[in-house]
Amino acid sequence: MTHNIYLYILTAAAVSFLIRVLPLTLIRGKIKNPFIRSFLYYVPYVTLAVMTFPAIITAPQIPLAGILALIAGIIAAWKGLNMMGIAALCCAVVFICEAAAPYFL
Amino acid sequence: MNRNKNAFTNGIRDGIPIALGYFAVAFSLGIVAKKAGLNPFQGFLSSFLNHASAGEYAEFTVIMANAPYIEMAFVILITNIRYLLMSCALSQRFDPDTLNAHRLLVGFGITDEIFGISIGRTGALNPYYNYGAMAIALPSWSLGTALGIVAGNILPASAVSALSVALYGMFIAIIIPVSRTNKIVGGVVIASFLASFAVSKIAFFDRMSDSMKISLLTVIIAGLAAALFPVKEEEDSEPAEVPEKEDHK
Repeated sequence: MTHNIYLYILTAAAVSFLIRVLPLTLIRGKIKNPFIRSFLYYVPYVTLAVMTFPAIITAPQIPLAGILALIAGIIAAWKGLNMMGIAALCCAVVFICEAAAPYFL
Repeated sequence: MNRNKNAFTNGIRDGIPIALGYFAVAFSLGIVAKKAGLNPFQGFLSSFLNHASAGEYAEFTVIMANAPYIEMAFVILITNIRYLLMSCALSQRFDPDTLNAHRLLVGFGITDEIFGISIGRTGALNPYYNYGAMAIALPSWSLGTALGIVAGNILPASAVSALSVALYGMFIAIIIPVSRTNKIVGGVVIASFLASFAVSKIAFFDRMSDSMKISLLTVIIAGLAAALFPVKEEEDSEPAEVPEKEDHK
């Protein structure tokens, strides 16, 4: 049987919606358990770190460009550059590396 | 009122780099959507309602395979399970009195990036900040997908490649400043980098979706960190500044 694309989209949307809103609506107020509190405190940093690396290396066409973008981004963040600046810097590093690569490789 | 307006404006400002990055990624997603047989409106609708890169790739694969609806539900559950953790984490940043309407809307708008920037804020989370970011990022994601379906490969590969790291740049901007001031978070971030790298190299994990890997690593590493280095009360509670309690009701 063939399926309806709109029903596919709505099924996917409904599941995504429930995953996203259930904890936010069910968990009201501060969790008291110290382990769960600590766990949720670390979750964002672990998730973001895991998503960033090694994906930043595999996303550009040339892995080295990604490595340099990562290093440049970390240094800039350490020095206190703002979010938009860091994002732009990483893009620029990749763009320049890839534009320069043909002359070196 | 003013505070909400400010939060909204800040959300838009921080949403701009997200929107730019989204546009490029969504554009390439549109190319996949086209292969799965979606028209531009369907692509727009899918991206507006789901707004998840890995989740939508999976969604289009299911459509291409003409698989049962229940498989769609399962695939989306697995690829997007990390949003469940993010939603739990965000619940702790909300003022307990926040209305359900705000909880539903902010929850609907959770993406890796919007979660990232809202966690980066200090103090109780003002929903209007998220609305600002959503107002610019979600249309960009949806239009990008629709345009990808219409126009295919017009963006040069070098531009797509450069834009593809914008999102990671934003993640770095969130995790590094905290790592600098808090050595434990810094150690946790390094451990996460190493573990994630290892998992990407071990063949055993190849069959696992990226989202599943992210969720699994998050549960294990954050769990270990919580067991070994419990956070003291004052560290994860908001700064003592006046919370935005009255404004967002």
